[in-house]
Amino acid sequence: MSLTGVTLIKDLRLEWRSKDAINSMLFFALLVVVIFSFSFDPTAEESRQIAGGLIWVAFLFAAVVALNQTWAREIRNQVLDAYRVSPAPANSLFLAKASGNFIFVLVLEALMTPLFVVFYNLRALGPAWQLPIVALLGTWALVVNGTFFAAMSLRTRSREIMLPLLLFPISLPAVLAMVEATTSILTGEYSAKFWIVLLAAYDLVFTTGCLLLFDIVLNAE
Amino acid sequence: MKRVFPILGLLTAGLLSYALYLALVVAPTEQTMGDVQRIFYYHVPSAWTAFLLFFVNFIASVIYLLRRSPKADIIALVAAEVGVVFCTVVLVTGPIWARPVWGIWWTWDLRLTLTLVLWLIYVSYLILRRFSTSGQTPQLAAVLAILGALDVPLVYFSIWFFRTQHPQPVIGGGGSIDPRMMHVLLINWAAFSCFAFLVFWSRYRLEVLKRELEDTQALEDLLESPRSVR
Amino acid sequence: MTYLYAAYAATWIIHIVYVGILVGQYSKLRDEIKNLNERK
Repeated sequence: MSLTGVTLIKDLRLEWRSKDAINSMLFFALLVVVIFSFSFDPTAEESRQIAGGLIWVAFLFAAVVALNQTWAREIRNQVLDAYRVSPAPANSLFLAKASGNFIFVLVLEALMTPLFVVFYNLRALGPAWQLPIVALLGTWALVVNGTFFAAMSLRTRSREIMLPLLLFPISLPAVLAMVEATTSILTGEYSAKFWIVLLAAYDLVFTTGCLLLFDIVLNAE
Repeated sequence: MKRVFPILGLLTAGLLSYALYLALVVAPTEQTMGDVQRIFYYHVPSAWTAFLLFFVNFIASVIYLLRRSPKADIIALVAAEVGVVFCTVVLVTGPIWARPVWGIWWTWDLRLTLTLVLWLIYVSYLILRRFSTSGQTPQLAAVLAILGALDVPLVYFSIWFFRTQHPQPVIGGGGSIDPRMMHVLLINWAAFSCFAFLVFWSRYRLEVLKRELEDTQALEDLLESPRSVR
Repeated sequence: MTYLYAAYAATWIIHIVYVGILVGQYSKLRDEIKNLNERK
């Protein structure tokens, strides 16, 4: 089995065993949804307009919390040096980490979404089948760059704040696309096609970029 | 080299003053917006200069990753810094122009929003450079610069489409431009380009001096003997 | 128009502040170099 697959399965298994991280993040995700629902209490008509933005901001928060501990285990056990000297390509490690984060954030989103639907009485007026596509493309956009910048932030002061600081500006077009796509599907007023294509293009560009450049980041000490 | 600088400085100051005179007095008054439109002669050249500097940063970052030349790294850093300064000017003059004309401080105007996102990306670049504890900071910064540059077309298209779906006021003044106004615009652009060049040069020399000093201090600590700096 | 002058003033304030920072750093560096040379 490929190195990427092996690393990914190892990570998932470790996460599953140490349920602390998962549980605290799940609870955090729940809290975010509740706080947002308290703060914005719109009518059903209004809620379709703003829910897209609210949901993705909530997902963004949850994703950053998950991303911040991407490399924590590697640092604790000083595993990164072993990866550096091994003949395995740096890409495999990156892909494994990004995929692990991807799965994890998707799980968070899957749990947060029903809560949002309940609190905001959401019903999609547009083609609802497009929503999972938006979720997958959008989440990957956040996770691929997030995993990369998390590695970059390892050798900085204020590591935890560095990640969102680097991630948010570059993610702006993707976030705009996610929010607009979701809103247009919920309200049914516009087609989400352009935004979905943009997200796909974004994912392509940055997955390629991160794969090509991760080697440099891994070897920076 | 040192004697050239003050001469260039005086020439640039002269050109800037002439450009200012053109912008305030000579340029014809715009029909719909009135005199406020003259902000255009400062707002647009600053934007062009900032974008050019960010492009220089991108090229220098690529060259740095290919050749590991310290000069390329310094050029990248300086270009980003001076670019952020000019970008700030664009972001400040934009709202000041929008307020009397449109009654609102901000609008998701294409150029203004693109400028804002670029400002954010390059400020994050500068913060990474300052906060990094790695010995390979130039490499990390170069990687960030390249990813940031890759982002730019995506930012442009996303905002462009957003504006077609949600029409907003246009700040830069679209449509054809009076040739007399174009003349004043180009003179101001030339003046600010010269100014940007001088600021760039100064910051470059400052950075070279800083690194020389750091190297000397490091060497001195290593050898425990005093050394002189040229 | 006050807005016009405000915009022009803001532009130059930003530039002068930045150049001022550079000048300040220059003199700090000059002092450090002088110290280093004197210690020799």
